[in-house]
Amino acid sequence: MSKDENLVEDEMQIDQHDSDRPQKNVPDGFSEDYLKVYYGKLFPCVDIYRWLSYGNDGKHPACDQSYFGRREFSFTLENDIYLRFLSFNNVVEMESSIRKKCPFKIDIGPVYTVDPAKRRAYAQGGNNVFSPIERELVFDIDMSDYDDVRYCCSGADVCLDCWPLMNVAIKVLDMSLREDFGFNHILWVYSGRRGVHCWVCDGRARRLRDEQRASIAEYFHVNKGGENNAKKVNLTGAVLHPFLARSYTEVLKDSFEKKMLLSQKLFASEDRFQKILQIIPDDSIASELLDKWQGNRRSSISKEDVNVSRWEQLKHVLQSGKHKVQGLRRCVEEIIFTYTFPRLDMEVSKHMNHLLKAPFCVHPKTGRICVPIDPNDCDDFDPTTVPTLSQLIEELNMSNKRSESEEDWERTSLRKSIEIFRSFLSALLKSCKKEMNSNVRQSTDARNW
Amino acid sequence: MEIVRSQREPTHSAASTTSAKLSFYRSAPALEVRLEDFELYAIDRLRVLQGISDGLSRGKKPEEMEKLVLLLSTSPPRDELRKWFLSMETSLFRYRFRLESPESQRSLMSEFQLPYKAISRAEFETVKEKLNQVARSIGQPLNADTLFFKAPFEEVPELFAGRRVFLQKGFAYVAMHQVVSLVATQFRSNLSKCLVLTNRKWTSTIRDTERDRLAPIIEALSTGYLGPDYSQPKNSAEISLKDINGQASSSFPLCMRHLFDKLRETHHLKHGGRMQLGLFLKGVGLRLEDALLFWKSEFSQKVLQIVGAERFDKEYAYSIRHNYGKEGKRTDYTPYSCQKVISSTPSTGDHHGCPYRHFSEENLRAALTKMGVCGRSVDGILDKVRNKHYQIACTLTFEAIHDAPYDSGINHPNQYFDASRKILQNKMEST
Repeated sequence: MSKDENLVEDEMQIDQHDSDRPQKNVPDGFSEDYLKVYYGKLFPCVDIYRWLSYGNDGKHPACDQSYFGRREFSFTLENDIYLRFLSFNNVVEMESSIRKKCPFKIDIGPVYTVDPAKRRAYAQGGNNVFSPIERELVFDIDMSDYDDVRYCCSGADVCLDCWPLMNVAIKVLDMSLREDFGFNHILWVYSGRRGVHCWVCDGRARRLRDEQRASIAEYFHVNKGGENNAKKVNLTGAVLHPFLARSYTEVLKDSFEKKMLLSQKLFASEDRFQKILQIIPDDSIASELLDKWQGNRRSSISKEDVNVSRWEQLKHVLQSGKHKVQGLRRCVEEIIFTYTFPRLDMEVSKHMNHLLKAPFCVHPKTGRICVPIDPNDCDDFDPTTVPTLSQLIEELNMSNKRSESEEDWERTSLRKSIEIFRSFLSALLKSCKKEMNSNVRQSTDARNW
Repeated sequence: MEIVRSQREPTHSAASTTSAKLSFYRSAPALEVRLEDFELYAIDRLRVLQGISDGLSRGKKPEEMEKLVLLLSTSPPRDELRKWFLSMETSLFRYRFRLESPESQRSLMSEFQLPYKAISRAEFETVKEKLNQVARSIGQPLNADTLFFKAPFEEVPELFAGRRVFLQKGFAYVAMHQVVSLVATQFRSNLSKCLVLTNRKWTSTIRDTERDRLAPIIEALSTGYLGPDYSQPKNSAEISLKDINGQASSSFPLCMRHLFDKLRETHHLKHGGRMQLGLFLKGVGLRLEDALLFWKSEFSQKVLQIVGAERFDKEYAYSIRHNYGKEGKRTDYTPYSCQKVISSTPSTGDHHGCPYRHFSEENLRAALTKMGVCGRSVDGILDKVRNKHYQIACTLTFEAIHDAPYDSGINHPNQYFDASRKILQNKMEST
């Protein structure tokens, strides 16, 4: 244990301010030495290599030996030194480079037409031969994009009251990617602090062009409108599109009424319920409700939670059909969509060459591992108990290898995460093999179908 | 270029001949043509296209279609010509595609190797409810015989991005009318590529051997046609400074009248307005010397005093002379067509553009009333404006003011002016 204390001491000396305070600035034991141990014993480099090879690392005649070597990686080193267009020919090169350079962050880019390290050789002649050719379809959902609809935290923080919004996003998107778009191999990863990433790995997804990615992001885009628009969701039309309707009935409605309404106390104070009233396009209704609630200083004898009762009142007024006002029809849904529907970072999904953090990285600010999340189990995922770097190192130190064949991660909290990843991986590789066997080249045009 | 001769075929022709009727331009055609035929076909085709352009501006569709395929190699690098050609050809294609029977449409789509497959009755039944939902969600309810096609979602990004189609397991269910849009987009992109390829062939090989024969015809076609472009005004339409006021109120279209009035009122116009009005006046027959006098006298009250004669000559006069092709690369600029005027983007302080598009309803009503259009006509005009039929609105204005029908439809401000002068002169002569 003293060894650990020394490490922490060394760090503190660099920063004069903190020399007399216990480590506040350095998050739970994140240090380069710990990272070195992590990359040496725990980081699942081989699994990641197998994932990103998509079956090309085998002996099958259809294997493309150059495939993995054309994938771009980027490392962020200490002091924000950033190395781009890195590539590795095989797992040994990758592992040794990671262990040697000990990057604080590893990003994964696209597979290019040629080895990115040799891109300059191909840049001649203006005929752009160096271009991305495959890349997973990715999504990035960040809790700070929900700051206007959560009151428990803001900015970088997350807690168990607002985290359910991530679960909503995971469920809505996962369902749609499978049901609507027909994708099967989807990896969800905790981003390490306040959000989740999604990697869609089907061949068909990897071959999508920028325009198609942008269209998919747009399909998921419901919360629109900038600063000057109090109403960000507009659900026009006599009925909802099946995708929106399904999301609403299977995920959003319950999540709002049973979770967010209560955990965020959406009607408990005037500034909070005013925000909701602003969404109602009819001023008379909004002011009618405002009066009712403003005057309600002493809550009634009813034991019912004030948020629940006020929500019921609002729904009743909007759905009673008494007021024949345009735009009221979908108002209840619009409120629910505003407060729960997934908010993606559109830019991340639109471009093939966008770099995204690799799973199993350590978040430098929280020390937490970017672990996979099982979408079928996401309600049980707790971001506050995700293993941290120091926790894992401690677990390693405190226990012994139980058998020769045992891997180091098996006796740490990382075990479950790696198992989730491996189950995703085996299904994926099985389908890659099938694809190679049948030798069906699904072109992006899919004109042969 | 392979020119297919016009064939008078009975309308119930077999599906196999449909590919001869509707070419999809999947590849650039081989070049083989008789010169005389080429010119005939080219003129014919352009007439058809111009007819569409006129017809569309008048709200009508042409009755008869010639079965000609002509690729204009567009050797003059006029982007506007190419864009116009592509738009018109696409409209023509869309119109003709719609005229085909459903079976013929389906076979055309498979012949062109478009990746849309019609869905079976059985499959339709399984997704009917969802298709209905989508249709209602976008305000386009289905009727009993709406046909549906299935395509991989990658093929229809614009449709699913806007949630205008039902998606299931990677396939999009596309309604017939949506397909026509997609087919037309594909047609346009194929045709555009063809133009590029043919142009390349033209500039790299044909030019040398055929220069003496084809080049003059192509040049003449592209600059001489599209209807007159008013770059060489007829003598009879020459306007003098003393006439300008009178003719402004009687014969200028609203866009130019507005600019003219603003110029008189504020003694200044920003660049966009100077270009639009200045070139129009050139087309109307204002000579360069008169133009210089005109602008100088207008600007003298304000700008001239601020910038002084020397700077005026340097900047403003220079640009007037530039418009007349007397400076710089000596291009004789052509007055703007309606298309160009409508597509301008006036911003703060600007008065150019098309009032039917860029004015608020109130302002437009006031302007039309000022022009002498009666209340009922104004309502009719505003109705067209709401439906974005700006040129039809202008045509209706013309008809209201001159109390005479104008079937051709307005495509060009100078056309409005010429037509107006003609009517007024006839009236004068008959009295």
